[in-house]
Amino acid sequence: MKEKPIILSGRFWRRVEERFFLGLMLFSCGVIFLGLVLIVLDIFIKGLPALSWSMISQSPKGGFYLGKGGGILNAIIGSLVLASGASLIAFFLSLPLVLYLNIYLKRTSGISAFIRFSLDVLWGVPSIVYGAFGFTIMVFFGLKASLLGGMIAVSLLIFPIMSRAMDEVMRMVPRELLEASYSVGTTRFETGLKIVLRQTFPGIITAVLIAFGRGIGDAASVIFTAGYSDYISVSLFRPVATLPLAIFYQLGTPFPEVQDRAYASGLILTVIIISISLVTRFLSKRFHKYIVK
Amino acid sequence: MIFKSHIRVEDLNVYYGREQALKNINLEIPEKMITVIIGPSGCGKTTLLKSFNRLLDLQEEVRYSGRIIVDGEDILSPKVEITRIRKKMGLLSQKPCSLPMSIYDNVAYGPRIHGIKDKKALNRIVEHYLNEVGLWEEVKGRLNEPAGRLSIGQQQRLSLARGLAVEPEIILGDEPTSALDPISSKRIEEKFWELKNNYTIVLVTHILRQARRLADYVIFLYLGEVIEAGAAKEIFENPKQELTREYIKGIIS
Repeated sequence: MKEKPIILSGRFWRRVEERFFLGLMLFSCGVIFLGLVLIVLDIFIKGLPALSWSMISQSPKGGFYLGKGGGILNAIIGSLVLASGASLIAFFLSLPLVLYLNIYLKRTSGISAFIRFSLDVLWGVPSIVYGAFGFTIMVFFGLKASLLGGMIAVSLLIFPIMSRAMDEVMRMVPRELLEASYSVGTTRFETGLKIVLRQTFPGIITAVLIAFGRGIGDAASVIFTAGYSDYISVSLFRPVATLPLAIFYQLGTPFPEVQDRAYASGLILTVIIISISLVTRFLSKRFHKYIVK
Repeated sequence: MIFKSHIRVEDLNVYYGREQALKNINLEIPEKMITVIIGPSGCGKTTLLKSFNRLLDLQEEVRYSGRIIVDGEDILSPKVEITRIRKKMGLLSQKPCSLPMSIYDNVAYGPRIHGIKDKKALNRIVEHYLNEVGLWEEVKGRLNEPAGRLSIGQQQRLSLARGLAVEPEIILGDEPTSALDPISSKRIEEKFWELKNNYTIVLVTHILRQARRLADYVIFLYLGEVIEAGAAKEIFENPKQELTREYIKGIIS
């Protein structure tokens, strides 16, 4: 006779537990969503009024940082070129690394554990440290602040992000798929190139674009290495403007109208990053159809 | 039973870490017949099969010793060119595994790897082997569709076509019908019946009825050891070992 209340209370507590944790999950979702909405709203509200065609179609004119005419086309182009170059460098470093990790090494290998650990550590290194490190290297080679210097520093920053993201998708390639390929007599390299890359292609695109997004938005790694220029320049050996620094410098002025332009620049950067996310989604969906589940 | 042996296994020992998966295996696999490896789960059937095409090398912490002689050559020797060994053996796995590409490319994958580039030659190869596995009529209109869209049974036949397209001498099947419906299984079994005229076939199965239907030669493995090997008729009707008798009667499993 005593059993009944026990069962009932069990049921009651299980329901409380269920509700509580569901509530917690919804709360987290809410915080994340609210954060995103507030940031985007803030940038739009402050940036949109200051945004004009000349902002995105012109380079800074004399007195731009005092509130006179011009735009930040130099920084838009600079950032796009710099981040693309850095992504390219990081890609050609990441791809061989993750192929080695996933095709040549076994899962329990000590080397692969060590490499993954190193990547995780590198991931956590602050971007200003990459900036300083890049700067040291540049001084060593006698390079001045330049597009090339910035690309190298940013590629160092995004390399661990890119390779870890690629690594995660490659680890999910089913072993049977590799066996199916090896059993017709392919080498590891052929299997890597023709099977693993194809199977993980959407994931690789995502990894590259995530890293690109991270690289284009970073200020600290380019501040010493890429320098800044009011002119549009795509020469590897000249300083180049970047959007995060354009925001930084404009916010640093005492003039409210220039500070508003900083928000407009932030808006441009945000729109670029959001477009990248959308392109990522679109591309990885497109290349999804051949994937073996 | 008198036969010409195609694969000869001598003193094969395989270890996973500290565990010994195969103990002192000595065997002969007859040429152009169906050899079926039977035994309870975890007895080393798949390990033995995968040592024939050295897929074993991919396993974690694996060590092996002994010799496996195929066409007079020890394929376990470190000097051997592993891709050539694997090309000799088509593999059908438990779960059909299509490559992430079109139906056509799945069959053309192996020939392309081995250097055939001529489009017409590839077309011929693809049509020939899809016909060989009885898939051509079903897929000829949609060769460019992803292979993953085929049914599981069709995918298993496609895997077989992919394996055959590199002109192996030996076909290895690791419970190749276990994921299939009865009709697809039957088609695969019938295929094996035809193929044994030209190929040496080694199958792993835990389905005794299937073993009875297909086998010319039977190997019974138990806890990593060969308990008995011989002509199918002998093993099923008059096994010499008590363990074999019990397994076939279903007393142990």
